[in-house]
Amino acid sequence: MTSFMLLDVGRPTEVETTIDQDGVWIGAAGVEAALGWELKPEGLCKDDVCIPIADHQGLVSNGAMHLETLADLLRRPLALSKEHGAAYLGPPLDLYDQTVGALQAPDFTLPDLDGQLHSLSEHRGSKVLLAAWASW
Amino acid sequence: MITAAVDRAADARPWIERASPTHPSLIDEEHRLGELYNMVNVPTVVWIDEEGRIARPNDVAFTTEKGGKYADVSTDEQMALLRSWVRGELPPKPEDVLRAQVAPASTGSQAARAHFGLGWWLYQSGYTDAAEHQFRIGGELAPDDFMIRRGTMRLRGSDPFGPEFREMVTEWLTLGHTYYLPLPVG
Repeated sequence: MTSFMLLDVGRPTEVETTIDQDGVWIGAAGVEAALGWELKPEGLCKDDVCIPIADHQGLVSNGAMHLETLADLLRRPLALSKEHGAAYLGPPLDLYDQTVGALQAPDFTLPDLDGQLHSLSEHRGSKVLLAAWASW
Repeated sequence: MITAAVDRAADARPWIERASPTHPSLIDEEHRLGELYNMVNVPTVVWIDEEGRIARPNDVAFTTEKGGKYADVSTDEQMALLRSWVRGELPPKPEDVLRAQVAPASTGSQAARAHFGLGWWLYQSGYTDAAEHQFRIGGELAPDDFMIRRGTMRLRGSDPFGPEFREMVTEWLTLGHTYYLPLPVG
């Protein structure tokens, strides 16, 4: 078992992994801690949603989950560095179509220069001009 | 008004301190708005109404006419349109028209942002070369994502106003693309 950093849309959780020729295997406890998905007899579950895993034979082995198969199952983009022991899972692929595609502005929380956090949802009831800029 | 600098905090700080804005002036080092709103370049603005609905999808908006010339838009006309929306004088656009203006997010661009996200973590962890490798993969998967291609130039020790930028834009335009993609005013 080696330590590995799983980044859930940037939120880091250190998890125990085994890396073999098939890829990266993350312990079920690590998957639950990092992503909130719990392995149950009925499938992979979070809140009141369960995804059946019977069709995903390669997902579970010895109480660990195969990271690339897991990303496919959850429909999330994955970037992986085995060498540096880290992987990034982006937002679900359908989220954009379900929010912006349906003209619903997705909420976000970002810091200001003092580290104070602000969310779009705090401005409900006002018109908002959201402006992304950069020094470059 | 909410602004978000797609920058390292240290790079955005002098600009924000000089402007000393009264509105929330945020830092988006991790390209969260890129991920959620499919933004690929700056400046990009979105109009969001009182109910959290998008009243105008991603658009290019500079603050000066000189800046607007880069995108071939009139900043004065854009500002007049914005003012009339804020005052409630602008008739709402039909939803199907707005939906048609929402750019689709390709699987490649979403994968590219995951590589940026991993690269940003590697960069912060001191793995500069590995970070650069991830940024390069991101740029290859989404060649239209200038938040990744140009926005990481400083992280890679390159000048975002220097030869790499000029060569990137020249190549992009030669391929028949446009660097800024404004919506029609009105």
